[in-house]
Amino acid sequence: MAETVIQNNCDALIIGGSAGSLDVLLEIFPHLSPKINFPIIIVTHRKASNESLLTYLLQSRTKLKVTEAEEKQVLEGGNVYIAPADYHLLVEQNKTISLDYSEKVNYSRPSIDVTFESAAEVFKQNLVCILLSGSNGDGVDGLKTVNNYGGKVVIQDPKSAVMPYMPQQAITYVSPHLIVDCVTMADYINKLNS
Amino acid sequence: MVINDVISSDQVEVLLNDVLEVYGYDFLEYSHASIKRRITRLFLLDKFVSFAEFRYVVKTDKQYFKRFLEEITVNVTEMFRDPQFYKALRQDVLPNLGTYPFIRIWVAGCSTGEEAYSLAIVLSEINLLHKSLIYATDINPLVLEKAKKGMFPLTYLKGYSENYLQSGGSKEFSSYYIANYSLAKFDQSLSAKMIFSTHNLASDHSFNEFQLILCRNVLIYFDKDLQHKVFNLFDSSIEKLGYLALGSKESLDFWSGAKNYKRIRTEKIWRKL
Repeated sequence: MAETVIQNNCDALIIGGSAGSLDVLLEIFPHLSPKINFPIIIVTHRKASNESLLTYLLQSRTKLKVTEAEEKQVLEGGNVYIAPADYHLLVEQNKTISLDYSEKVNYSRPSIDVTFESAAEVFKQNLVCILLSGSNGDGVDGLKTVNNYGGKVVIQDPKSAVMPYMPQQAITYVSPHLIVDCVTMADYINKLNS
Repeated sequence: MVINDVISSDQVEVLLNDVLEVYGYDFLEYSHASIKRRITRLFLLDKFVSFAEFRYVVKTDKQYFKRFLEEITVNVTEMFRDPQFYKALRQDVLPNLGTYPFIRIWVAGCSTGEEAYSLAIVLSEINLLHKSLIYATDINPLVLEKAKKGMFPLTYLKGYSENYLQSGGSKEFSSYYIANYSLAKFDQSLSAKMIFSTHNLASDHSFNEFQLILCRNVLIYFDKDLQHKVFNLFDSSIEKLGYLALGSKESLDFWSGAKNYKRIRTEKIWRKL
């Protein structure tokens, strides 16, 4: 039987992170290529009160369009969607966003697991998920699902993380396709789909 | 726990069709990803061994169906959620209703009642509660039973009290309830102005005319068609110059009737023109 798997196809990139992940995002965003043609979803744990601050901070560092995700919004290439504080973000089969105010998962809303899991089912082998620094176990189960569906699992090198617990857990329980540090992460993202 | 693929999307459809056929509840127009996640969560929580078994129990066990209904609908709520929203109600919305001889308010999808009680507290502080009536409805009879009791876990009250103060409340929040073991029981004078009833936004009709409808974080679970159906239902239930209040991520924007509504400055509150 012929192997027809396309190696580098990326239909969506999701980046999840908790404590210590903002530094990474701020570092990589200025280096992201304006030619990126897949949607990027960012899920980070943060207080409900700093709502628009993250959107503003990231927008000021990239030419890609950064917005806070809205429910029923259609994911479009080259756009960055930030999961709103206090809502889970799920991806529907028709590539629209659903928001959800159900119970916290891993003490978190938005939960990285919830977004990874729902997107894994939609984008299958064309999904890339990156898990950044953090101090709880959120994201690990989600990465397992991404793995099961053939998506790419990328984990920040715990040695480069302010809070190594989360990426370390992920490395222990999921076999990653790649472990990257902050310096090479932007380069890796720019080369997806090219 | 890897929860995908425990139940497939096709199986979700099968189950929801059963539920419609046997019990008359229509969840087919709910956002799929989110309802699938809740069904899978319940399946794992209750340790079913196969989808066939799960399906059989849901179809045939009326008692279990109550649990099913409670678990697949999201009942997460709190008092004075988004304090700025309640501040806007207190300052910009409710005072305009003060000239009416009688104020009818509908809290649609009230869950366990936290928003209805919050609203009653604001109304009492601006001296309108005596001539108000709050209709609190939900699809789910079990949560309404809890709402009627007006008892909320004491552990949440510290957070609620902070919300209350941020929303512009100036009294001692503890003056509204009596702490009893692990529960806070809210004052009877608040619940005396509430009517609790089941109402299914997906299938039931309008039942009155209101000056204010609150429906927060309910529509996010519906697909666009059902959202628009519900907006039409609300439209036929709001008096001219009445208000519609939605959750912070919900919007009237893509609904054809939106042109007849004007949004107030900051919050997700619209006034019917």
